[in-house]
Amino acid sequence: MAELSFREAIAAGIAQEMERDPLVYFIGEDVGAAGGVFKATVGLFERFGPERVRDTPISEQAIIGAAMGAAMTGLRPVAEIMFSDFLATCWDMVANQVAKTRYMTDGQVSLPLVIRTANGGGTRFGAQHSQSLENWAMAVPGLKVVAPSTPADAKGLLAAAIRDPDPVLVFEQKSLYGIKGEVPDGEHVDQLGTAAVRRTGQDCTIVALAAMVPKALAAAQQLESLGIDASVIDVRSLVPLDTRTILGDVRRTGWLFTVEENPRLCGWGAEIASIVADECFDDLDGPIVRITTPHIPLPAADVLEDMAMPSVDRIVETVKGGMR
Amino acid sequence: MSTRVEKPRSAEVDRAIRLRLYQLMVELRDFEQRAYELFLENLVRGTSHLALGQEAIAAGYAVAMRADDYTFCTYRGHGHTLARGASMAAAMAELLGRGNGMLHGKGGSMHLTDVSHGAMGSYAIVGAHLPIAAGAAWSAQARKSGQVAVCFFGDGTTNIGAFHEALNLAVVWKLPVVFVCENNQYMEYTPIRSVTAVEHPAADRASAYGLEPILVDGNDADVMYGTALRTIGKARDGGGPSLVEAVTYRHGGHSRADPATYRPEAEVREWLSRDPVKRYRERLLAAGVGEAELSEIDARAQQKVDAATEEARQGAPARVDEIERQVWSDGGSAWRN
Repeated sequence: MAELSFREAIAAGIAQEMERDPLVYFIGEDVGAAGGVFKATVGLFERFGPERVRDTPISEQAIIGAAMGAAMTGLRPVAEIMFSDFLATCWDMVANQVAKTRYMTDGQVSLPLVIRTANGGGTRFGAQHSQSLENWAMAVPGLKVVAPSTPADAKGLLAAAIRDPDPVLVFEQKSLYGIKGEVPDGEHVDQLGTAAVRRTGQDCTIVALAAMVPKALAAAQQLESLGIDASVIDVRSLVPLDTRTILGDVRRTGWLFTVEENPRLCGWGAEIASIVADECFDDLDGPIVRITTPHIPLPAADVLEDMAMPSVDRIVETVKGGMR
Repeated sequence: MSTRVEKPRSAEVDRAIRLRLYQLMVELRDFEQRAYELFLENLVRGTSHLALGQEAIAAGYAVAMRADDYTFCTYRGHGHTLARGASMAAAMAELLGRGNGMLHGKGGSMHLTDVSHGAMGSYAIVGAHLPIAAGAAWSAQARKSGQVAVCFFGDGTTNIGAFHEALNLAVVWKLPVVFVCENNQYMEYTPIRSVTAVEHPAADRASAYGLEPILVDGNDADVMYGTALRTIGKARDGGGPSLVEAVTYRHGGHSRADPATYRPEAEVREWLSRDPVKRYRERLLAAGVGEAELSEIDARAQQKVDAATEEARQGAPARVDEIERQVWSDGGSAWRN
């Protein structure tokens, strides 16, 4: 095991797959010699050269369109959209073209492509560079969606996404880029559609994603001192969704709390709450509670952004209050 | 701005190719005409966008393409798909929503695709397929396969962002792609000139991307074939992309819902007199091809369309068990365990 930062793990995941498969190409804005604005792809240009690691103009439709056309004709492209907010400028490509073409052609076309994007808040960038947009992708049939929370998962899920025969969006929460963690040595490939139980507790289940996972774990530690023993499940993959792991834990604890960075309406937690209500209502000891950002654009100033996003304190207070 | 108009170079096109061009145009014409008749019988459901009058562009390019080249077209794409050799019966059955349709009923008129013939899809969001075609060309370049992508689109597309993003990327990356604007002069119901800053919506934009302005008569099959040879050849030889504006006219409305009453009668008459199929027939007769030979081609095309129609009509309705198939590569649609 080596200790890598989240951003180093991203570069390691792409490098591992580019080394293994000469059909893997990587394109995006500033991804070449610059190594990406978040420095998550440093070294790839030097290692694989300007043909396989290629800078694009600021043309998000062209980036995703090119990746799609290449994927349907034999390459396995990885395309970077610098900030997930910019997906709005190429959402036709993502939601209408990439997502639907396999179905509409009844399987004539395969689209083995990955769209990586820096997602989420906590960096004081304001409402157009801080959104948590994984729910947009989750709502479109035909897209797989993952959001890792650790360096090991960043590498392993990215590698799995690159090997997957279908389009996968990888949401990298940008406040996680600097965190460090153990990453398995040698080839590391994870599995899409699997959640991870980060902490097993007896009293309640907290389900979280990406940057909300470390917050949920910190909250669980505080809750323990208050006499509440919480499970923390890292969803990791929204599509496919590992409902078995979530349902199994909720059946045991009887309580479900979701921690979502997204604005309130139609967050991924609402879908999980709906599934839990449908399939293990009798096992619940109380209402399902969603902890989210309010239904607002994310503000820029530190005090405002911190207030808006779910915090460790808010998770602790909500769980404590909910279970009273 | 002065834009050069290409002159016909018919002498360069040999007899066998000219007969092939004629045959293809007649087949596409008859197919579209039949599709229209089947609307009137309420057998073609949903919408449909016919390319009646635009056959010379599809035929000229298809005949000039290599079997493994890629075609990307729009919702007005029946002709482009058939011109690559896709099954006419499967196309007709798709329009009828039958299980024997090209896409088993899951795509419909606006999405005809036959990858096995290089017909890489009909795209129904204006402009979307230009970057995608550039991507296929990028793949061909990376794989050093020598393939060329040809992307057909309407005049209205020249005002959408994806057009400009795709052209810029294609030039910067020197991609083997040919962008062909079929300027039928109406952006849906609106004259293109009334909503566009330049007279020639594609050709006048070419210089912005360092490309030669190419404005051609899209109703002349010889011109289209010659233009196709030149632009595809340039792409295949590593010369990068081209942008072609082929001026044409659709004989009908934008879609089945549109009677096209917004077009002046005199204009319609004028363009009908330049019908690419009739015009080419007359040219071939003048060049010494016998009436009997052309009539034989005409009759065979009718028979082909009749047989395709019959096969399509015999098809059972689309199978309901298709609904949840082929969202993913494993053939299914599961999103949870």
